[in-house]
Amino acid sequence: MNGPLLEVDGLTVLLDVEGARRAVLRDVSFTMRPGEAVGLVGESGSGKSMTARAIGRLLPRGAEVDGAIRFGGSDIGSLSGAALRRYRGQVAMIFQDPRAHINPVRRIGDFMTEALRTNLGVPADQARRRAADMLAQVGIEDGAQRLRQYPHQMSGGILQRIMIAAALLTEPRLLLADEPTTALDVTTQAEVMAILDGLRRDFGLAILFITHDLELAAAICDRTVVMYAGQIAEVRASSLLHEDPLHPYTAALAAARPDITQTAHRLRAIPGRPLSAFEAPSAECAFAPRCPHVRDICLQALPELAELDGGLSRCARAHELRGQLQEVPRA
Amino acid sequence: MSTAAPLTVPRGPGAARRGRVQGALGLLRATGPVGIVSAIIIAVAILIAVFGTFIAPYDPNLPNLSLAWGSPSGGHLLGYDFQGRDVLSRLLVGARTALLGPLAVVAGSMAAGVLLAVTAAWRRGASDAVISSGLDILFAFPGILLAVLAAAVFGAGLTAAAIALAVAYMPYVARVLRGAALKERSQPYVAALEVQGASAVSICFRHLIPNMMPLIVAQATILFGYAMVDLAAISFLGLGVQPPEPNWGVMISENQVGLAQGYPLPALIACACIVVVVIAVNVLGERLFEQAQRAYR
Repeated sequence: MNGPLLEVDGLTVLLDVEGARRAVLRDVSFTMRPGEAVGLVGESGSGKSMTARAIGRLLPRGAEVDGAIRFGGSDIGSLSGAALRRYRGQVAMIFQDPRAHINPVRRIGDFMTEALRTNLGVPADQARRRAADMLAQVGIEDGAQRLRQYPHQMSGGILQRIMIAAALLTEPRLLLADEPTTALDVTTQAEVMAILDGLRRDFGLAILFITHDLELAAAICDRTVVMYAGQIAEVRASSLLHEDPLHPYTAALAAARPDITQTAHRLRAIPGRPLSAFEAPSAECAFAPRCPHVRDICLQALPELAELDGGLSRCARAHELRGQLQEVPRA
Repeated sequence: MSTAAPLTVPRGPGAARRGRVQGALGLLRATGPVGIVSAIIIAVAILIAVFGTFIAPYDPNLPNLSLAWGSPSGGHLLGYDFQGRDVLSRLLVGARTALLGPLAVVAGSMAAGVLLAVTAAWRRGASDAVISSGLDILFAFPGILLAVLAAAVFGAGLTAAAIALAVAYMPYVARVLRGAALKERSQPYVAALEVQGASAVSICFRHLIPNMMPLIVAQATILFGYAMVDLAAISFLGLGVQPPEPNWGVMISENQVGLAQGYPLPALIACACIVVVVIAVNVLGERLFEQAQRAYR
């Protein structure tokens, strides 16, 4: 297949928040090719998880969805019943907190082989063998024994690997990874990232990697989508994101991460607080109140997501600011 | 439920069955000495229900009017009833219908209640509204009234009475379990299963209902006690088990005149049997319910 694997096209999601209808995603569009790793980066409330849940068709009840999500060319918004289950068999999802996302009173073996046995009709002993093999792939050697244990008997890192292995057993084409390493300590985090990167290469798996950590996304992703207040702020090849950002928000996000090579006298924070999507103004740049480069033009209209040097930026001054964004002026 | 670890932890691999038996025993032990005594009483009652016809010393339906209201004597430990039949034999044989009736009521109301509760919790929206308001309407009908209705439609007998009570109890079951199912439905692992492509039916039967099992079992035991009393009342009214068939409720009904005439034993002993079993079942049910609640938080 030559076309894109996943196309998110003008995705807008409205939810009932505290009794009022509010937009949590606004006009989100991006595509993923087969086998491509795309990072989805943003602060809490920027809509990155909501985007993944929309792709997995896991939006809360009563969500109003506008725009289209196409997988392999066909719209998934209207799927139901068996067709929806077939689609979900091609899309796997892993979560931030593996402990909450595995039924606590069932054995690991039951959890891992359930999709194989019930959805694909694989015999139980064969399913267990495949599960143990897959555990070896994610670096768990004593797989056969792990299958007999319960979730509470494992550490978070092992459990996250088990979740990844379980997600890959049905041979999906797209993996939605919703902050899979956020709850893990740093060394485990590095191992899990290495496993994900290796699996992508071995299986030709497309990964949508959601994180708030710009550098982590850059480490394994080809391209990175930066979200702010329910909108896409910038889309850029990951290798260029740090040195040559196209949007002041990306630059601020990169600068906010402390540099471990020197002692910071004062940690840099982005002034102001992150806006929730529903608070974002519709006729001006959502980042304007916190942006050190704000001018009148930013407040006159919502900037378009415009192409610039192979990337996309939703900044009215992206052209002017080119090359000046790496160093954020101190407020 | 995310914090609810299995109540006992199997020590090592390959302990599946042993672990389950230990789990059940551990749960029983956690109900304390009163719970254990209750469990023993229930076990004895069940044994009598199963083997009563074999251990009964005399034919429970053989009358001998010359011995009517006869006092206990050597071979007849509990004396004779108003028709001169052996009370002990009637008690032993009558245990079967006395226990089987409530069992059918509990099984029927639990099955329907669980199904409705899970359907409502899973589909929410309009289905939930229809099911919930339907249950509200059913709440308005007392079990006895439904039993009279069922007896009129199906003819008096244990079947009609059991169906009526099952319908009458179902709303109570469904109401409690719907709440639990809603809570379970919103657990993240259910979303994870959904996105894995598991069907709603498979998630409900493999995960939702098994995880609600402690609550379901506790509910069932409590209902069993109620069903026993209500069925006895229906038999007493003559709408349940039909005489001369022995049954604890029937025995109270036929021997009630003895209470006024100075021969209280046959009616009272049947009452005592019902009271003891109901108390045992209720105590055990309540203890199990407490344990389930503790695990459920």
